[in-house]
Amino acid sequence: MTTSATALTLDAPNILLTFPSGEFAVREALTAVLSGLDFLSLDLEESGAVELVLAEVLNNVVEHAYGDETPGWIEVGCAHRPNGLHFLVRDEGRPLPDGVLPIGQRPDISDVVDALPEGGFGWFLIQDLAKDVQYRRHDGLNLLSFRISVGIDHRVN
Amino acid sequence: MDLKTEEIGDARIVTVVENRIDAAVAIKFKDRMRELTVDGPKRVVLDLSAVQFIDSSGLGAIVASMKQLGGARVLELAGLSPTVEKVFRLTRMDTVFKLHQNAKAAIAANAG
Repeated sequence: MTTSATALTLDAPNILLTFPSGEFAVREALTAVLSGLDFLSLDLEESGAVELVLAEVLNNVVEHAYGDETPGWIEVGCAHRPNGLHFLVRDEGRPLPDGVLPIGQRPDISDVVDALPEGGFGWFLIQDLAKDVQYRRHDGLNLLSFRISVGIDHRVN
Repeated sequence: MDLKTEEIGDARIVTVVENRIDAAVAIKFKDRMRELTVDGPKRVVLDLSAVQFIDSSGLGAIVASMKQLGGARVLELAGLSPTVEKVFRLTRMDTVFKLHQNAKAAIAANAG
């Protein structure tokens, strides 16, 4: 029996927001998520990592899943757990190329200025700073989940 | 994209007035940098002390700004906040640019 059990889910999110695809809407969403995490009193490095990873994920959705011609909605869920913040991002844009997560290797830095990379850093930063990054295409939706190990309660365990 | 320039000694100091260089402004930033550095001194110092957040699009735009200068001129960076500095460090772009504590140190570095 195959069911929808393959879908990534996020139980009891602390934050759940939906917004239209767009670069300035992403800015607002980042602000909303960070203020929603105020209760954790994250330090600058922790909140910086959350903002950077989420920005890269959401910019990818805006630029690649939707693009200018087919805007749509983006949903971000965030749940605080003992091992960090669990995120689930959903959209109904185009799937990732070949339906798989990019490996996210760091682009090579050339000695020649003209040959320096100007892109390709997004997935590297996501894979470097986030853990358990998973992607599924399900029912016409892109589902991307990841964990950022910040806001960990050291009294747990 | 709000950028201010001033010339001190042999350097043009370009100060970013906004607190983010992200996907929403990366292209505008790059275009404005081209306008502000199309000619002028050999050294261009980008003062990032007001910038609290940069993403990979912003990073790419700064790299593009360096390339726009051509081989004979150089882009140096000053005043990176810890969050911004981390993006340069993770991507190893900190090895490409000369980094200064602040604009004043960048100017002094050249005088010395």
